[in-house]
Amino acid sequence: MPESQFFAQVPKHWLRLTPQDDFLKVAAAVPVALAGALKGWNETWERMGQSEGELVLMSDMLRDARFLSCGDSALCVEFSREVDEQANTVALALASALDAEPPAGMQEALPTYRSVLVAYDPLVTSAREMTDHIRTCLTRIRPSDELGRRVEIPVYYGGDACLDLDELAETKGMDREELIALHMSVDYRVYMIGFAPGFAYLGGLPMRLATPRKPVPRQMVPAGAIGIGGEQASVNSVAGPSAWHFIGQTPLRLFDPRRSVPFLLDAGDNLRFRRIDEAEFEDLSDRVSRGESPDVIRETAL
Amino acid sequence: MRILNAGPMMTVQDGGRRGFLRFGVSGSGPMDRDAFEAANALVGNAPDEAGLEFALIGGRLSLPDECLIAITGGDVPVALNGKPITPWSSWRAPAGSELEIGAMRSGVWGYIAIGGGVTCPPVMGSRATHLRSGVGGLDGRVLRTGDILPLGPDTGAEPRKLVKPMRLRGGPISLVPGPQDDYFDADAFSCLFNQAFQVSQQRDRMAMMLDGPEIHAAGGHDIVSDGTLMGSIQVPPSGRLIVLMADRQTTGGFPKIATVASADLGRLVQTPSGKAVRFRSVTVEQAEAMVREAAKMRRSALENLAPNDLLPG
Repeated sequence: MPESQFFAQVPKHWLRLTPQDDFLKVAAAVPVALAGALKGWNETWERMGQSEGELVLMSDMLRDARFLSCGDSALCVEFSREVDEQANTVALALASALDAEPPAGMQEALPTYRSVLVAYDPLVTSAREMTDHIRTCLTRIRPSDELGRRVEIPVYYGGDACLDLDELAETKGMDREELIALHMSVDYRVYMIGFAPGFAYLGGLPMRLATPRKPVPRQMVPAGAIGIGGEQASVNSVAGPSAWHFIGQTPLRLFDPRRSVPFLLDAGDNLRFRRIDEAEFEDLSDRVSRGESPDVIRETAL
Repeated sequence: MRILNAGPMMTVQDGGRRGFLRFGVSGSGPMDRDAFEAANALVGNAPDEAGLEFALIGGRLSLPDECLIAITGGDVPVALNGKPITPWSSWRAPAGSELEIGAMRSGVWGYIAIGGGVTCPPVMGSRATHLRSGVGGLDGRVLRTGDILPLGPDTGAEPRKLVKPMRLRGGPISLVPGPQDDYFDADAFSCLFNQAFQVSQQRDRMAMMLDGPEIHAAGGHDIVSDGTLMGSIQVPPSGRLIVLMADRQTTGGFPKIATVASADLGRLVQTPSGKAVRFRSVTVEQAEAMVREAAKMRRSALENLAPNDLLPG
């Protein structure tokens, strides 16, 4: 479905991220936003031409899930081998269902692009018991109910992490402003958090921006860098080496172990980038680094 | 407790951090859980209590207050106030003691447990150091000379020693094929289970690299990233096996040919670099039976500690 058509009908319950209010308000804001969004979202599903087809696809995925052997303390439930939005939705739904009512012995459920790794204590349960439990669980899941938060990330398309913007624009035959506009024009989905603490793998990148990774990784890319790697986009959580292309930076910290909620994003969240200028970037960065009021999610009506 | 001299890879570890795999943080915790739990049992701590882990070389510690200490893991010379003491036993250290731990004669990872445990503040529910994310332990880093660590109150437990074996020795390391076993053909598995591999010097708390025959993934060496475990064996395009460890990346894009059976993980991580390892194939059910048997053996050993009435030296 075209993204623009999809989001045009979604209620305006975006969560804006600024370091202003108390982080604890997040907990209060999220359910309010979700409750409103969920209702609208379901209506949207129903109104969309392809929704029925997608739901059928997802029920096929639930039925055809593959159980992969991962030793004596975990198993992997795989819905697809490809990067696939429906598989991701189903994986997130299974992980939520398992987290909501963990079977005896289950330790953790790790949803990824296309599968869920379920770790358990082999002294309490077994692969057979976990498989049976998960099979039952799969028959009860309604993935259409699954909806992530809606989050807005401020981005400065300049500065220390704007390493490849000009080169990328030239390669794509567009000017700088055009590329930025294209990057901001869509809504992204957090397929999974992995690789590093809080690192968000995003789907939804406009195909015109897809760019193969660099042959030689850069040694150091700052935290908060906004990246493009192949058909994926990213918001980097911590500084480190990377072979992706970087076009900007968010002043927000995706990972801060000192916060009561260390991670800003979770798999299934829906992101939108909001352009900020250098002054706002500096201001937000200062306040984030002073720790005076850490990252905040604030409900806003756009 | 003050670190007078730290080995190259000394960290605070507890039972591990749970609940953050989906946020990109692996569990950390001890590389050799059997040895870690034994050290805690010997000083009267709960199995998950925080202690110190070191690799290959220990170091020197000063203990300001009277406490009970135990060293386990690989075979290493230990002296308390200049007098040799045996590992796998607990010893009462008078106030102002100095503990010196030398270089491993066999094995790789060692543990120092102190009655009452190391009590640095937990981060995200655990004191375990996760070096990749700089979380836990002391500022999320390896310990250095001059560091001071807080300790819990002395448990008052009596010195004890291990008299029954903790785990079975010898034999090939058991692997359960999968999760991407269908990326590999019969030749790859024949190579994995019939040839010897050597533990390379490239190893840390994230992964162990193995030298030896190259393994080819007929289905390609690239998968859409999925979850990893301690004991997952990845096969990158070089064909050189990578066994993922406690501080691993939570997701990875190389196919995983097999997973190490939990009961054999401790033996694998304690294999010195340069030594050969051999693998055998087991089913999930066999691996489950092994882990239950191993737990029974460990429980029996730790519930039947004998008094350690020896004096140092």
